[in-house]
Amino acid sequence: MKKIPFHSYYIALGLLLLISLIVSARVGAVPIEYDRILLFVRHAFSGKPGPSIEEQLFLQIRLPRVLLCALTGASLSVAGALMQALFRNPIVEPGLVGTSSGASLGAAFVFVMGKSLSGAWLDALGPFVLPLAAFAGGGLATWLVYRLSNVYGKVNVNTLLLAGIAVNALAAGGTGFFSYIARDPQARSIVFWNLGTLSGADWTNTGIVAFSTLTGIGLSLRYSRALNALLLGETEAGYLGVNTRRLKTRILLLNTFLVAVATSVVGVISFVGLIVPHILRLLKSSDNRWLIIGSALLGAVLLNIADMLARVIVAPSEFPIGVITAFAGAPVFLFLLIRAGRQQQKGGFYA
Amino acid sequence: MLSIEHLVCRIGERTIVDGISISFVPGQLHVIVGPNGSGKSTFLKAFSGEWTPAAGHVTYDGIGLGRFERVDLARRRSVMTQLPELHFPLSVDEIVMMGRYPHFSFRPSARDKAICEEVKGLLSIDGLGERDYLTLSGGERQRVQFARALAQIWEAPPDGGRYLFLDEPVSSLDIHYQHQFLRLARSLVKENIVLIAVLHDLNLALQYADRIVFMQQGRVMAEGTLDIVTGGLIREVFDIEARLLDDPEGGRPVIVFA
Repeated sequence: MKKIPFHSYYIALGLLLLISLIVSARVGAVPIEYDRILLFVRHAFSGKPGPSIEEQLFLQIRLPRVLLCALTGASLSVAGALMQALFRNPIVEPGLVGTSSGASLGAAFVFVMGKSLSGAWLDALGPFVLPLAAFAGGGLATWLVYRLSNVYGKVNVNTLLLAGIAVNALAAGGTGFFSYIARDPQARSIVFWNLGTLSGADWTNTGIVAFSTLTGIGLSLRYSRALNALLLGETEAGYLGVNTRRLKTRILLLNTFLVAVATSVVGVISFVGLIVPHILRLLKSSDNRWLIIGSALLGAVLLNIADMLARVIVAPSEFPIGVITAFAGAPVFLFLLIRAGRQQQKGGFYA
Repeated sequence: MLSIEHLVCRIGERTIVDGISISFVPGQLHVIVGPNGSGKSTFLKAFSGEWTPAAGHVTYDGIGLGRFERVDLARRRSVMTQLPELHFPLSVDEIVMMGRYPHFSFRPSARDKAICEEVKGLLSIDGLGERDYLTLSGGERQRVQFARALAQIWEAPPDGGRYLFLDEPVSSLDIHYQHQFLRLARSLVKENIVLIAVLHDLNLALQYADRIVFMQQGRVMAEGTLDIVTGGLIREVFDIEARLLDDPEGGRPVIVFA
């Protein structure tokens, strides 16, 4: 427990985020110089963008992508922090409990079948159909995993992992089926659904993800104290005045909301929600208020770095971002799993 | 005052608490004893509001348990259980502050912080504030959890008394800490708190209780001051031969098992 106060960390992480956004806006298939970025941003604020292709590229492709990436990283990391607090276990993350793959299946369904199910209500919902379908799919998958692993009011983490594998496989199979029968070339790309990509970013979907991320994080902060109390155990949290049953439902819904909306736009990006809260815990504390705010900032930074790597390594082509997060995240996951296995005798594996 | 009338708790078809009626007054240490499976812990959960009873009434200062909001109840009643398992590192300060959670909505007030400091001083853990709870010894953890429970009810609510329930608080401690803890708990009697402890060890119970409740199969077999304790009662409740000896130094009886 180091004595550096929380707000110093927030300022440092905020600066880091700003730097990563600027650097990330610069690199890519077409590098944009910093002074040009400054000029374009000034143009955008004054409302009269210049006509150059470089400026169009920056405003219509690069900038929404960078912002979408930061928002997605924040969403996934905060969702990871929420799930870890809920299950009282550091190896849980949205990808593991089925939220991501379920959301991906919901989105794939609409993406592929949407044109055949046309109707007035579909047109009215417009760009929200995809996130809504993802929310339904992600919620259903998470609920299924939670139900399967919840025996006599206790979540057994071994069962949780196995149920997660089964539901993930089922959802991935469904997604594979839809992408196989799809005619649209983008939907046919298995890579998009299983490894995630930010190349589809535009201002509409960035706006939708911005809405879900900001409201999701705001709501999460309201539950940070209750989640702290839950670390002591459900009974103890109850004695501290927490309605644990209601809390669990709301946290599962919040997690689904944060993850599903982002996943409907960028596909499945795993392990971000695992690593980021873990780093923050090592850095300072397990206080959930810190973990939520910190995850939002650090998650944005780290996913931005991952996306930069994805664009730079094989430029002018690009890597699926999920490959990078898996390479970074899977070892951390294995490390946590080994440590959890050692602690099992002490009874620390139940939530 | 805590009043309980005809309290019944069931799990499925099985009756765990079978129609208990009893009152607990402030200013005395009430100790509940009984063999495993006698329903002590369920009984405590039911009158502290964590278990919905099948029948019966529980009132705090005349107000029905069901009429309290969860948070309102948490401001006057705190419960300390056997050491809770923690899987994440948290500092001692963060855990003690959890006791104040029912009292503030976003940030702790200066008063909340002052109360935490005061409680830590009382339990001599003021030096541990920044320490990681997971690195503490069993005795230290116990005091931290006790500090949290005390911080929760440090001030009486405007409309009633305070209640502190201890559910087998010393089971995981060695003998030194058991006595240290119970001496400390006993010293709270003068604070006008309704103080109830569930204990496993009969001799510990005799040494610290003002009033003692014997439970068996979900019923109260006997309740009263230490005078009610006899070899016959212990044989009836615990199914073991026992004799009571007088401790020439302390004045409280000691039980010897045959």
